[in-house]
Amino acid sequence: MTKAITVSGLHKSFGRTHALDGLDLSVGTGEVHGFLGPNGSGKSTTIRVLLGLLRADSGAAQVLGRDPWTDAVEIHRRIAYVPGDVTLWRNLSGGEVIDLYGRLRGGLDPRRRAELVERFELDPTKKGRAYSKGNRQKVALVAAFASDVDLLILDEPTSGLDPLMEEVFQRCVTEERERGRTVLLSSHILSEVEELCDRVSIIRKGRTVESGSLAELRHLTRTSVSAELAGPPGGLAGLPGVHDLDVRGRRVRLQVDTDKLDAVLRSLSESGVRSLTSTPPTLEELFLRHYQDEAEAAEGGVTVR
Amino acid sequence: MSAPAFAARPASSRQLAGTGTLLRFALRRDRVMIPVWVGVNALMVLSMPNTLEGLYGTPAERADLAGRMAANSSLRAMVGPVLGDSLGALTAWRVGVYAGALAAVVGLLVVVRHTRDEEESGRQELVASGMVGRRASLTAALLAAAVANGVLALLVTAGLAGQGAAGALAFGLGIAGVGMVFATTAAIVAQLTESARLARGLTAAALGSAFVLRAAGDSATDDGSSPLTWASPLGWLTNLRAFAGERWWVLGLFAGAVLVQGAVAYALAGRRDLGMSFLPSRPGPAAGRLGSAGALAWRLQRGGVLGWSTGFLLAGLVYGAMAEGAADLVGDNEGTREIFRRMGGQSGLTDAFLAAMAGVLGLVAALYVVASVLRLHGEETSGRAEPVLAGAVGRLRWAAGHLAVAFGGTVLLMLLAGAGLALGHGEQVGPLLAACLVQVPAVWVIGGVAVLLYGLAPGAATGAWGVAGAVLLIGWVGPALDVPRAVLDLSPFGHLPKLPGGDMEWSPVLVLTALAAALVAAGLAGLRRRDMTT
Repeated sequence: MTKAITVSGLHKSFGRTHALDGLDLSVGTGEVHGFLGPNGSGKSTTIRVLLGLLRADSGAAQVLGRDPWTDAVEIHRRIAYVPGDVTLWRNLSGGEVIDLYGRLRGGLDPRRRAELVERFELDPTKKGRAYSKGNRQKVALVAAFASDVDLLILDEPTSGLDPLMEEVFQRCVTEERERGRTVLLSSHILSEVEELCDRVSIIRKGRTVESGSLAELRHLTRTSVSAELAGPPGGLAGLPGVHDLDVRGRRVRLQVDTDKLDAVLRSLSESGVRSLTSTPPTLEELFLRHYQDEAEAAEGGVTVR
Repeated sequence: MSAPAFAARPASSRQLAGTGTLLRFALRRDRVMIPVWVGVNALMVLSMPNTLEGLYGTPAERADLAGRMAANSSLRAMVGPVLGDSLGALTAWRVGVYAGALAAVVGLLVVVRHTRDEEESGRQELVASGMVGRRASLTAALLAAAVANGVLALLVTAGLAGQGAAGALAFGLGIAGVGMVFATTAAIVAQLTESARLARGLTAAALGSAFVLRAAGDSATDDGSSPLTWASPLGWLTNLRAFAGERWWVLGLFAGAVLVQGAVAYALAGRRDLGMSFLPSRPGPAAGRLGSAGALAWRLQRGGVLGWSTGFLLAGLVYGAMAEGAADLVGDNEGTREIFRRMGGQSGLTDAFLAAMAGVLGLVAALYVVASVLRLHGEETSGRAEPVLAGAVGRLRWAAGHLAVAFGGTVLLMLLAGAGLALGHGEQVGPLLAACLVQVPAVWVIGGVAVLLYGLAPGAATGAWGVAGAVLLIGWVGPALDVPRAVLDLSPFGHLPKLPGGDMEWSPVLVLTALAAALVAAGLAGLRRRDMTT
């Protein structure tokens, strides 16, 4: 599989702040890639490097097989970008801006533009200053989805959109994937990422901490298990990978590292299982774990679970 | 139960809730801008008596100067009439109009910055959601302007007290009065327009009209008694007659204008929705034809270019029409001729006057070129440049659009100024166009400095205003007052041939053009290499 974006060991500092500290990222052509991380973790800095707006201090980055700093213009012909906070010119109408953005890229499909304006319920005749936050986002989204490009870079694109529009957005991304386009989606809306993304990368403090398909990531985390047993449970505490064990008579709740699930189930069935629920971790839990690790590390100690 | 408790509070006190906090906040935000503007203004005024004393040491010399200046209608149009020959009166004559105009600029900048600017940016929304009355922001902005002008009045009064306490007080209050009149004008305009840029532009246009009215009135009469002079707040400052038999009641005109304009602004402010204006914007086209960064730059700047072009054409017409008077009135006064030769050209008085005017317009064009170049900076810091640069647009192409408007616009402005001078004067079309176009390389150098700062040190880009301001000051104060040659040489305008009348010299023109090109090239090289900021 060819790569739309490859980044390795990217470093970027602003004065004494190390925004990027050896970041890696790999986005395959045709995939929708989720780009997650807490506020200030370096997502937008990465995206600006990928757009050639910032120059990396060290490390390698390639976008569509080219260097984003030296070949910015050639790359941009095949890229559409939506920032998280769209600012418009107050005296230009939304329609004018959509067409401008389109022409500054590879060009605009007028039929698709009209269709998207309809679907996003955007009034393109309003002037820049008259748009609400959500409507400003729509202007940039319509321009991006109507552009004839290979790669979409979306930086928290749905901030300010209502749930209906969020759904329209998700359908548009799905359509883009069906047309074989690559999408890099930075987002805090985890349900959106879970719904849309083939693979995700989670970054923290300018470094990639997890990367892979959701199934792969889930494998690295814990599954919650709760069971009602026929007899008293035995030996669960001694099993590797078991956390937060809570036994009340014959009711058992526990968390287990997903790759150690097998041994736990065997132990439970020895006692006789009456009911069993096993919940795979949601992306939210996966994500929160990284947030919490950070918070705990900051407090100076990791509690044993 | 709580509703009557709310109703019991008088409405007026709630309209102003939070004013104190907002005022302190405004002064905190302006802690650099206000002291610098006020300081420069006070310095300009307070240094004048010494300068004048150095040049015209004896009462006889000063009386001679006053007599010659009073007889000269063109000079009266530029500076105002001479009303007395004391050091104080000459100081008030020489700097009054400019100190007043500078105070007006500070007033309008402060007021627009804390009213319409805040609303347009959306910051006001969060502020207004606190315990802040509907009219508190306007009040705080006007009070901030009052603080700036009050301090200026105090400095001028204290600094000039040695020339006569009454005159110093009248002059200080008069300057501050002009400042507050235009601060309240800005307060009204800020209610009418949706954009802060337009509010500033319209108020500046009002100030410009006040200057032209006063200039026309003062060129016709030598004691400020023309109705045109009385129609201009800048003329009131003249008619206050500081150090020349003060007419205290004129201060009532300032107070009245401030009260009336303030009342109008208050009435409007209490009547409209936050962020809305009385001149709403119309819907635009659903589809656009803009297809390149260059077209976008032109679209963004064309309004400004149109405004400046109109101003330059009109100013050219007015000054051109005044040129004949320069020769008629002065006649055979050898002293005045000498002054004009220093200001302008070598041959006839009319030519010298026209050359001086072409120089003045060139200086003003420096403000245009800085404003236009710094649009790049505004586009970048507002985040609007980012999506454009994320398109297939190189940084140089993006910058080139705005720079073409800035540098090409300079040529257009000076052409129009020359055409205006020629039309107003009725002859000498070729020489007057040349006189104006010869200013272009010097204007370009200032633009080049702006590009250089923007490209290499974007954080200091607004320092280009400081450079333009310094050049303006040298150009205005320099020629009439024997400022040392070394200082005059710092300004690129000091090196230009004095046309019409003088001999055309190609070397300064070529050197300045090359210098401007080098500055632009260095700035663009920096822009290419650096990170874009947001």
